[in-house]
Amino acid sequence: MTALPLRVAGLSWQVRPRGTAVTLGGLLLLALLMALNMRLGDIPMSVAEVLRATFDPADAGHFVVMELRLPRALTGALVGGALALSGAIIQSIARNPLASPEILGVTTGASVTVVAGVVLSGSAYGGASGLFSALGIPALALLGGLAGAVTVYALAWRRGLDGYRLVLVGIGVAAVFTNVKYWLLTVGDVNDTGRAMVWITGSLNGRGWEHVVPVGLALAALVPLTLLGTRSLAALRFGDDTVTALGVRTNLARALMILAAVLLAAVATASAGPIAFVALAAPQIALRLARCPQPPLLSSAVVGAVLTTGADLIARTAFSPLELPVGVVTAVLGAPYLIHLIWRARK
Amino acid sequence: MRLQAAGVKLGYGDRTVVENLDLGVQAGTVTTIIGPNGCGKSTLLRALGRLLKPQGGQVLLDGKRIDRTPTREVARVLGVLPQAPTAPEGLTVSDLVARGRHPHQTWYRQWSSDDEAAVVRALEMTGLADLAERPLDELSGGQRQRAWISMALAQGTDLLLLDEPTTFLDLAHQVEVLELVRHLHREAGRTIVMVLHDLNLAARYADRLVAMREGQVIAAGDPHEVLTEDLLREVFDLDAKVIPDPVAGTPLVVPIGPRSRP
Repeated sequence: MTALPLRVAGLSWQVRPRGTAVTLGGLLLLALLMALNMRLGDIPMSVAEVLRATFDPADAGHFVVMELRLPRALTGALVGGALALSGAIIQSIARNPLASPEILGVTTGASVTVVAGVVLSGSAYGGASGLFSALGIPALALLGGLAGAVTVYALAWRRGLDGYRLVLVGIGVAAVFTNVKYWLLTVGDVNDTGRAMVWITGSLNGRGWEHVVPVGLALAALVPLTLLGTRSLAALRFGDDTVTALGVRTNLARALMILAAVLLAAVATASAGPIAFVALAAPQIALRLARCPQPPLLSSAVVGAVLTTGADLIARTAFSPLELPVGVVTAVLGAPYLIHLIWRARK
Repeated sequence: MRLQAAGVKLGYGDRTVVENLDLGVQAGTVTTIIGPNGCGKSTLLRALGRLLKPQGGQVLLDGKRIDRTPTREVARVLGVLPQAPTAPEGLTVSDLVARGRHPHQTWYRQWSSDDEAAVVRALEMTGLADLAERPLDELSGGQRQRAWISMALAQGTDLLLLDEPTTFLDLAHQVEVLELVRHLHREAGRTIVMVLHDLNLAARYADRLVAMREGQVIAAGDPHEVLTEDLLREVFDLDAKVIPDPVAGTPLVVPIGPRSRP
């Protein structure tokens, strides 16, 4: 075992040196990538200028950095962390490295309601009117994400919850939602669907503190709770009979962990749209870096934050001055990785 | 009475497998349940280990209803090894065995010296100390089965339920596993309930045999009294001679053929 015992006065923990190294190293890399990201904008800055502007209220760039660039960078990091944590939980529960929040209906549900909101409140239907436009896109996404998850959960429940059944139902529901989304995009006005498309690709453009706060609060509340559930999550990777024999309240533990994963993914999606592949890839990368048998929760979240921030940096610099939505970059990077995973699973 | 089923009705959904069954397990005994395929013996074992909730009647652990006792508390007294258990990919033997300590751990006491000692002891008892760091997928069937038993041992319960612990094993490994069970019973005074297919091994390693057919207990008691030619006809539809086992003196079944229909 690669874990070292840490024992103090009757208390004891396990420390995995590799996992700790991945988490700490990831945080350093994240800080660097965020600083690099915050250089970009209408007034280019150096990293040194960014740092000075961040910590010195008297600096000329302080307002720009604190009100525009830092919130955007933080949204990227927090959203990436939340998605990755959600993915790590779902992959453990589904006992499947290919599972992600999409399986739970969260991202697809959010996409449907947001597209419906944008299209139905758009010019073709008499302009912004009614409930849809009043709620605003983040609220719509949150509602849609939760509704999608409830749909999947209700259909998958059968005297308990089976991970395999959950995945199958989730894929089916995602297919239905995706097609409703495409139908709405084809009947909608061109200008509205254009706006909707940017959102459903996942973008960090123009994100402010109002996007940081919900994800920050969700992470602050849910990270400690999921860490408490780490051992139950490890047990849940076994067959149900074994889990129960070990004294875990199987259905309750699974329901609580799924609820945490759903909330994380829904809040993240509400802030930045359904950014593809982060939830799928980050836990698997963290697992390989930390060399542990299941996706490590904290390391996964840090890797997710690094991936999203790194992808945003590429999205903003690769075709400069043209700026891509971050979801395009994660999808382009993620697709080959997904193929690689499936390839490995086939062997 | 350590463990008791009182008038239990067991089944899956609409299908009832066992109706109104009573069975008691005395402390410090090895009880082995035998019976033809589909007679409900595994279902009964799962109910005794609270893996299956009875549709009627109740299961009592040390006189208390098992379904009203916190499952974690049960897990500190009662270990269950399910039939053909599955483990996540890439797990090492020591990872698996350490998982058996789950019911004794909390978030602030995740890996105490007690946990470590229990795992080391369990690995030694099952002869797996040298294989501790090997991935489970690389072991032979017999070694893997011993690793699972080792996990149940690390749980540190004095009551163990084993569902067909010898399936998929060759004869030598079957005997090895059952010798381990006997050792646990004799040296550590554990109470053991298991389901076995091999009647001769069941007779040799059990204090008490329970013969089931179609969800009913047909006979229960000392192997010499239970494993008779009449019972084999009644329970297994099998014509057989029963002679004394030349090694252990327990009943030995020599099949003649399927029961001749009158």
